[in-house]
This record gives sequence, structure tokens and C-alpha cells, in this order.
Amino acid sequence: MSSHVPNSHPVSARAPGRTLAAWWQALPLTTVFALFFLVPLALVLMVSFWDYNQYEMHPDFTFKNYLAVFDGCISGDDLCVTFKTYLSTLKFSLLVWLLTLLIGFTVSYFLAFHVRSSGVQVVLFVLCTIPFWTSNVIRMIAWVPLLGRNGLVNDALVHLGVVDQPVEWLLFSSFSVVLAFVHLFSTFMIVPIFNSMMRIDRSLLEAAADSGATAWQTLWNVIVPLCRTGIIIGSIFVITIVMGDFVTIGVMGGQQIASVGKIIQVQTSYLQFPLAAANAVILLSVVLMIIWALTRMVDIRKEL
Amino acid sequence: MSDIIDSLDALAMQRRTVLKGTAGILAAGMFPSIHAAEPIVLRYLGTAVNQDKEIADKFKADTGIEIQYVAVTTDDVTKRAVTAPNSFDLIDTEYFSLKNIVPTGNLKGIDTKRIKNADKITSLFTTGTVAGKKVGDQGTAPKKTIYLEGEKSKVFAKSPTQFMSLIPTVYNADTLGIRPDLIKRPITSWAELLNPEFKGKAAILNIPSIGIMDAAMVVEAMGIYKYPDKGNMTKKEIDLTIKTLIEAKKQGQFRSLWKDFNESVNLMASGEVVIQSMWSPAVTAVRTKGIACTFQPLKEGYRAWASGFGLPATLSGKKLDGAYEFINWFLDGWAGAYLNRQGYYSAVLDTAKAKMEAYEWAYWMEGKPAAQDIKSPHGDLLAKKGEVRDGGSYEARMGGIACWNAVMDENAYMVQKWNEFVAA
Repeated sequence: MSSHVPNSHPVSARAPGRTLAAWWQALPLTTVFALFFLVPLALVLMVSFWDYNQYEMHPDFTFKNYLAVFDGCISGDDLCVTFKTYLSTLKFSLLVWLLTLLIGFTVSYFLAFHVRSSGVQVVLFVLCTIPFWTSNVIRMIAWVPLLGRNGLVNDALVHLGVVDQPVEWLLFSSFSVVLAFVHLFSTFMIVPIFNSMMRIDRSLLEAAADSGATAWQTLWNVIVPLCRTGIIIGSIFVITIVMGDFVTIGVMGGQQIASVGKIIQVQTSYLQFPLAAANAVILLSVVLMIIWALTRMVDIRKEL
Repeated sequence: MSDIIDSLDALAMQRRTVLKGTAGILAAGMFPSIHAAEPIVLRYLGTAVNQDKEIADKFKADTGIEIQYVAVTTDDVTKRAVTAPNSFDLIDTEYFSLKNIVPTGNLKGIDTKRIKNADKITSLFTTGTVAGKKVGDQGTAPKKTIYLEGEKSKVFAKSPTQFMSLIPTVYNADTLGIRPDLIKRPITSWAELLNPEFKGKAAILNIPSIGIMDAAMVVEAMGIYKYPDKGNMTKKEIDLTIKTLIEAKKQGQFRSLWKDFNESVNLMASGEVVIQSMWSPAVTAVRTKGIACTFQPLKEGYRAWASGFGLPATLSGKKLDGAYEFINWFLDGWAGAYLNRQGYYSAVLDTAKAKMEAYEWAYWMEGKPAAQDIKSPHGDLLAKKGEVRDGGSYEARMGGIACWNAVMDENAYMVQKWNEFVAA
């Protein structure tokens, strides 16, 4: 608007958010957010301070649930369950983040700079979304005949004489969990990074080449900084999903690897809602801190 | 051309049926009032295991009342009964869950005067006996929770009354499932689950309240400790049981834990696991794939479970009458025979017997060799002529019950410790 008629509406052009119409336009989304996000969140926070027994919870203001979460964390010699679980979940987040970043960046780079025809680009891009064509659980169960004790990979390894015994750590292990996560979530990295790359002005690359920069120097000093927004958005997607996941870790880890989400799920199914709420509040704070740290690195609003 | 159109039509029909089914499930949860003026529709909340389409179809054909299944997991049935008691007209839940549901007052006592076959319900539920002999009653045995003090009671009655909390539907006794072709030797004790011989090839189920009972059976069988009541452990006993599990887990005993019926079938069928806690229909499912799998009777006995129909406290009028009609119909034999043919046991044995062939009854209930091929209600071959059912007759199996699925007084502590086991 403002570029077409720069002088006729100077006030609204300078501060578009101040008009009544703008408030009305923001209202629907605000209402949805308030009703389905803020209110439930406030309820979770409230319930986390309630007391409960086997079959009901009563309004109260007690720190009991938070104390229960950190039971044995200060005094114990061993690491307590909560710390151990967070450590394991953080470990997965870090590994998956590194791998999806590496893969996502490489794939996006190839799509954006090496594929010339935009038709091929679209086809290849759609190919990246194939993992989302089937349900989460089916996709994961499909790994069993591949990685299992009598699975394809083990059969091949034994036949080739690489190993005598089937390799056990291929399935129901940290390895398989990370593998499934990377398989599932690389797309979340590819999409925003690809988007950032497509918006890079190609003349910048020519300028870099003309100035005598090597391919690596161009990559590191031009492309990576300009993809920062995409990288951060992808990272937020991947890290928040992995931090809260319990299905993938459950199925691929043979239900033997703890995750914060799993603990919350078990507690809700045993009607320990206040305890689950306390756990959820703690998980939320941890994730928010990570996101806060990430957004310190780049001002997403400014860059978008 | 017309062939193509026909098959397209058929496809469209099929899709429409699927859509209708989905819509039914959604509507059951969300728009109960729409049906108020129409013929009676009962929303049946339970686990998918008991919700057969054939049963609903047959009931509708017999009475005109429609059953809408609302399928959720065992834990979620309890959760909904406690948190959303008006989202169903009929609940199919386990007796052990009653300890959590009844104190909320969300269920009403079922008037046994309105249940035709009430006095024929098997003695296992009413007095805890099979063929006159007492069976194990550790844990939440049905006889402890089946009677309520009144229609609007929140407490269990100590002795039989006119009001039942749940009218039993199906029950069974669980044990370990094994792959005899991969183990190649007889298995006779629960202790084998933690035998290092099966390192990396064992599994236990990850539903805390049931898994802990299996673990307790193992601890007793290994001679580590004898529980006064496995179904109601003290904190110390829970610590001991979980410690045993954690040690085994750290040694790499478990290939996996499972929570879902299909997971257990997968683990067993793929050979990832050769010995694990298992449910009877899961063993059947492995067998129908042509893979050898035994529901192995063990000398320490079985861990039993039982479920039944309950009525929400607010149910009234035509819907209440319809629910009573369904329960009466269910005990009348057709449904009982249907369930017996799947390897479960029905609540009223006499009526079911009348609807089964003599050779079927002999195989399923009397532990006799099959006089001819035994088929499931869906027509799958379950046992060839001459085979005998695992665990033998009704009396041998039900008489061998050692304990029941349970909710302990220290439930919260137990769940916390179980999470520790999963995290270890």
C-alpha cells in the first residue's frame, strides 16, 4: 500500500498497527490463540499446583508435584530419573539437530543452486515430502523388517561375511531412534533453508566469484549467513519436536529409552494430571529457553 | 464400459461405508443429542479388542438398537470414565479400573433383578471359585469389586447385594507367550523371563499396573521374595520388584517393551523376541500367520483379568432400557459363543454352550483334542484336528489363577518407580 501512495496516508503508512481496522483484522487469530493456546496453557500451569489422589484432583496451591518431579535430584548419588531423562532427550535433540542440519542444508543447496530448471526443482522438492505420505507409526514399523535381527540389512551383512552374528544395535537402540528422527524431520530443515536460499540474490554469488572467493569461501561467508533465518526456523522445528516426542522414541527404542513426553503420557494415563502438568510446565520452560537462545542469534522478524 | 462403472460404483460405496463408519465414531463423541429423537443408539466405550462388528450387527438385527463403538486404550477407558462420564452410554472396562472409577460416583449400580441370567454368572466372579475350589485372589479380584452397596453407591459391598458394578463380559488368564521353534526346550516357570539364556530376546509389557504383576510373578518364581499380596505391594516391595527389573534391563535382557497388542504380535512374529508377557488373542494372531507360538501354562499359575459392562450414573429413560436390553442379550449365548470361539471365556457358560457345536465346546472348554479343524468366527484356521488348547480345560486354566490385574494403594509410587525402570 504505502509504496503506491506514499504521501496521501502518511500516518497509517508509518504506523499501520494503530488503526481500528488493523485491530479487527488481528482479532480472529488472537481469539483462536487465546482460546486454544493461552487458556489451556494457563490451565496446565494452574493444575500443576493442584493436589490429586487416585481418581480426582482438587484445587490447591502446593509445590508437591514439582518436588516429586525432582525427587532425589539433590541428595542422590546417582543421577535422578528426571535429570537422566532430560539428558537423554537433550542428547537426541542435539544429534538429530546436527544431522538434519547437515542433510537439510546439503539437499537444499543442491536443489537451490545445482538444479537449474524450476520444474525439476519442484519435482525433487515434492520427493522430499514422501516420508509424510504414510502415517507416523507405519513408517516406523517399516524399519523392523529392514533393521531387525532377521531383517534385510542383517541378512546382507551376514551373507557378505562382514559379521558372523546378526548386529543387534540396529534396532531398538539409540541408533534406530536417531535414524527414524532424521528420516522423519529432515524435511522440516529442508523447507525453510531452501526457502532462504531461493531468496538469495544470485548476483551476490557472481560478485563473490568475481572478487576471487573460492566455492567454500562463498558458501561460508555469503550463503550460510544469508540462510541464517532458514536454519534457525528449521532448528526450532526439529528441536521442539524431538524434545516433546514420545511415539518415535517409544517405537524405535523398543519402549526402553526414556523421554520426557513418555513420562507425561504415562502419568496422564494414570490420572496423575497435576504431576503431568508440572512435568509439562518444566518441559515447556526448557524448550522456551532453547528457543530464546536460538532467536538471540538472529532476529527472525527482521529477516523475514 | 458398464463393468468399469459398476466397479467404480462399488468403490464409491465402499468409501462411503468407511466414511459413514468414521463419521459414526466422531458423532459418538461429539453430537449425542442429534440421536435423541431417533431409534436408540448406544455409545459403547471400550477397548477395540472386545468391539466386534459382528456383535453389533447381530444385536441390531435382533433388537433394532444400534451400537456405536468408541474404541480407546485400557488406560483411556478409565480416564474417560473419570473425566467425561457423559460421553458414553455403556462402558466396557476392567474390574481393576473400578477402584479408580467407582469412588467418583460416575457409575450406577446395575440392578440384577433386571438381568435375566444374573444368577447364572460364573462363580469365579461372585464367590471367586472354579468348580467349587477357591482360586488365587491377590490383586483386584472381581469378587472384591463386583457388588455395590446400592444403586448410587461409591463403595464396594463386602457381601453379595442386588447391585453389581459391572456385569462380566469376557475374562481370561494371561501367561508368557513363547516361540517353541526358537527356544527348543520346555518352559515351565515365570522365572524363565529373566533367564540370561534369553538375553536380548525377552520382552515385558509397558503398562505399569499389569507389567508390575508379571514382574512380581517372576520375582516369586526366582525365589527372591514371596509377596503377601502381589496386587497390593508396599513401597518396599515395589522397590524390590523394580530393582530386579532394572538389573535385568541393564544386563540387556529385554529386546523391547511393548504397550500395544500389535507390537507384541510383531515382536514375536519377527523373531526379535522369543519369550514375553503376552495376551491370548495376540498368540492367536501370531499363529494365524503360520508361525509357531505357545501361550505357555506355567507352574506358578496365571495372571487373570476380567472386564464387564457398566452404566454411567446419568443414564436414564429409553437409553437405560436399551443398555439393559443389550446386557441381557449379551449374556444370552450368541455373544458368549462368539467370544469363546476366540479363546476368551464368557460370563454365563450355559447359554454359550447352547450356541456352540459340541466339538467346539469340547476343544475350547473341556481341553479335549479337536475332533475337527477349529476355526475362528472369521473363518481362520486356529487349530488342526487332534490339537489340544494351551492350558487345557476351563477348570485347569481358570483354576490356575494366581493373581489378578490390580490397582494398588501405592499406585502413584508404583508408576513413578516404573518410569524409573523405563529410564534406567
